[in-house]
Amino acid sequence: MIEAVGLTKRYGDKTAVYNLSFQVRPGSVTGFLGPNGSGKSTTMRMILGLDNPTAGHVTIGGYPYRKLPNAPRQVGALLDAKAVHGGRAARNHLLSLAQLSGIPARRVDEVLGVVGLQDVARRRSKGFSLGMGQRLGIAAALLGDPQVLLFDEPVNGLDPEGILWVRNLMKSLAAEGRTVFVSSHLMSEMALTADHLIVIGRGQLLADMSVKDFIAANSAGFARVRTPDTEPQLREKLAGALTEAGGHVLPEQDGALRVTGLPLPRISDIAHGTDVRLWELSPHQASLEEAYMRMTQGAVDYRSTTDQKEGLQQQLPPGAQPPMPVPGQGQPGWYAPPPPQQGGQPFAAPQGYGGAPETPNPYAQAAPQAPQPAPGHAPAQPAPPAAQSPVQPPVAPAAPPAPPTTAPTEPKDVR
Amino acid sequence: MSTPQPPMPQTAAPNWQAAPGPAHPTYTSPIPVVRTNLGHALASEWTKIRSVRSTMWTLGVFVLLVVGIGLAAAALVAANTDEGNVSDETALGFGFFGLLLGSICIITLGVLTTASEYGTGMIRTTMTACPSRGRVLTAKAIVFFAVAFVVTLASAVLVALADVAMVDAREPSGGEWLKGTVGVSVYIALLGLLSLVVGSIIRHSAGAITIMIGVLLAPLVIAMFMFSESLRGLQQALIEYSIPNQLSVFYTQSLTESGPTGWDPLWIMLGVTAAVFAGALALLEKRDV
Repeated sequence: MIEAVGLTKRYGDKTAVYNLSFQVRPGSVTGFLGPNGSGKSTTMRMILGLDNPTAGHVTIGGYPYRKLPNAPRQVGALLDAKAVHGGRAARNHLLSLAQLSGIPARRVDEVLGVVGLQDVARRRSKGFSLGMGQRLGIAAALLGDPQVLLFDEPVNGLDPEGILWVRNLMKSLAAEGRTVFVSSHLMSEMALTADHLIVIGRGQLLADMSVKDFIAANSAGFARVRTPDTEPQLREKLAGALTEAGGHVLPEQDGALRVTGLPLPRISDIAHGTDVRLWELSPHQASLEEAYMRMTQGAVDYRSTTDQKEGLQQQLPPGAQPPMPVPGQGQPGWYAPPPPQQGGQPFAAPQGYGGAPETPNPYAQAAPQAPQPAPGHAPAQPAPPAAQSPVQPPVAPAAPPAPPTTAPTEPKDVR
Repeated sequence: MSTPQPPMPQTAAPNWQAAPGPAHPTYTSPIPVVRTNLGHALASEWTKIRSVRSTMWTLGVFVLLVVGIGLAAAALVAANTDEGNVSDETALGFGFFGLLLGSICIITLGVLTTASEYGTGMIRTTMTACPSRGRVLTAKAIVFFAVAFVVTLASAVLVALADVAMVDAREPSGGEWLKGTVGVSVYIALLGLLSLVVGSIIRHSAGAITIMIGVLLAPLVIAMFMFSESLRGLQQALIEYSIPNQLSVFYTQSLTESGPTGWDPLWIMLGVTAAVFAGALALLEKRDV
């Protein structure tokens, strides 16, 4: 159990972490998300007692880290894969740590086997690839068989097999009743690994909730309903009935309807009741990535009005940092336009570069322009030939904002 | 809900907590937990210092310099001294030149012992594994001092024995033997320890090595350019208390008549090192890693 209360860290006049309070509970994988420079690593270092907080405190199992009795047996951490002396062989590196913590030397060979480095144990870690370095760091974290584990970007540089291994490792560690706190930029990975999320932006807490709640709260799913193309009047009829029943209906470009606020069975019932045949009735769950983009996007707007001077990166909003670090990410319009056959979830972000500042809530208008033919409907029929605004096209595929009251219930029902 | 939200109270999140697996309250490791002490840190630092190549290189070069120059100097003197020209000095003094040059190696190793951990980031791993920062620095100091002392003593004794056998000079007394071997070895090891502590304060290998070589050589170099009569006193003090002159005191061949004598250099170096060590400990506890 990690508990932070009012954690604040300033470097000179730069505030890296401000008034951060959260709890990381045992028995689950807690994801720690935030754009680059949002204070994740600083927070991790404060948890481990490496940096002293300017204000507030953070405890593990009720103790500050530096007061923990035999800390390495209670907490294991992977902070930085390259935090090793490159001239030392992998085994000696782990052996020195084991000796420091009073761990038997045979445990070293054990963890080397766990991470799959036994063949290079005698080689100097200077020659290790990034992935091998990560494995060595994970081995160091596992060395004390601790109850609390912290991983900062553990899957960086790992091959797909390694990513899968880390994912299962995290889950199994949590299932054993341990506290697992892991930061990552890979949203798809987090969606698969984490049960709970703590999201920070610019050093402040943005969200502390389960992954499911997070997606629901920040990016609602919706139901796509398609009536027979041959009978357009059925579409109007159904839209009217759905609106009457309390649903929120948005027409899509290819003639389908995007419905929020109504569970799938209810939509089906209404269609049956109004005697409208359906060609498609499908749930669309928003992704964690989309929800994260939306959330951190909001953080920029929120922060820039309240804390302009203390900003970390005025010129580059945190939401603009894509989860896949690629050269040139700072340039507007770097994102490829969404291919029509994709759901287009990741493309909520470019609004941050292009049009977001002058369109605070573009979703409601953008949604009708969504070029989203359902799989199987190859020729998209642009029923309402809405002109693609140059400002908003990438926004279009984003889900419409659900009213906060319906948001938590709606995706569950849809599914 | 894209606005910040306070952390959920524990009762408000039962669904995710119940989800993964059996609800163990905590995890208990089967590996026995022992209470760690300085002994563990010493074992760890010993593993560290013996498992990097820089240790072998610096100590190798050190032994080469001390033994090589010590023997060469004595051999030259032995070859060029006429029969019957018995000096007042003992043959132990020929070890001085090698040790003076070799001390640069000890300085380098001392600095690297601490500063390289900062350079590589290893210090974060170390301090995570042992949050008692003072214990880590103390263990480093003890291990390094022991290594430096043993290596210096072995080289110095070897050179002294060879020199005394080779050069036809006054037979050194027991006290001279002690000062010329053990005394000078403690002094060199303390100089290395000072470097280690400076490395912990500066946290940068090149910077700390530069500072320590400056400490070693600068007083003599500065004194050389003090031509003015008014600075004569300062010049004298700089020369007398420069590290090379302090080192030579162990061989009773000081460059000047006044200044430190006998075992004085050892106490001076011990005091300086202790003071800097205390400062480094305080900084280590206070600063972020």
